[in-house]
Amino acid sequence: MTVTIKKSDYDLILKHSKDNLPEEACGLIAGTISENKKNIEKVYLLENIDHSNEHFTIDLKEHLAALKDARANGLEILGNWHSHPESPSRQSQEDIRLAVDSTASYLILSLENAEKPVLNSFSTIQGESIKENLILLEE
Amino acid sequence: MKLIIAGTEKQVENNITISKLIELENVETPQYVTVSVNDEFVSSESFDTQTLNDGDRIEFLYFMGGGQ
Repeated sequence: MTVTIKKSDYDLILKHSKDNLPEEACGLIAGTISENKKNIEKVYLLENIDHSNEHFTIDLKEHLAALKDARANGLEILGNWHSHPESPSRQSQEDIRLAVDSTASYLILSLENAEKPVLNSFSTIQGESIKENLILLEE
Repeated sequence: MKLIIAGTEKQVENNITISKLIELENVETPQYVTVSVNDEFVSSESFDTQTLNDGDRIEFLYFMGGGQ
């Protein structure tokens, strides 16, 4: 699966993640799907109700509001994103265990090296983490 | 009766329970799904007993969380 994200949306995720340090930041991604490609058209910057540097949970009310907003804009929720303040951009065992939607993409932004943030996208099928082909679209 | 499920109108049997609807919709990993009816979240303990009404708007929200 190929996933595209606009540079401006990447910048929003990066800023929100830095603003929320040392906690993990999180949100949802919405867009369109065509054949084997997901196009992220909008990112939602949501509250991590765990307020933790090691785990996150997206607020249900914000989740529902984002879902309705996405639908109103002709988009669908494609998955979520979250930051890893102190670890690499890969799905942890906890991320894999809780990646319960096999159709979703899970973006992880690592701030382990603050000078070189790394964003990757994964899907999880039957407990296996699969790295997706994430393309950053310059505007 | 009709329900609006994830934004799409569908016909279902009258007095269908949330549990039955989850089954009909083939919802993956239902233990990790929160259901909203008309924007109100429903406790999973009520899934077997709460029946739905004509015109209800239903959303299935997958748990979104994890840890590093």
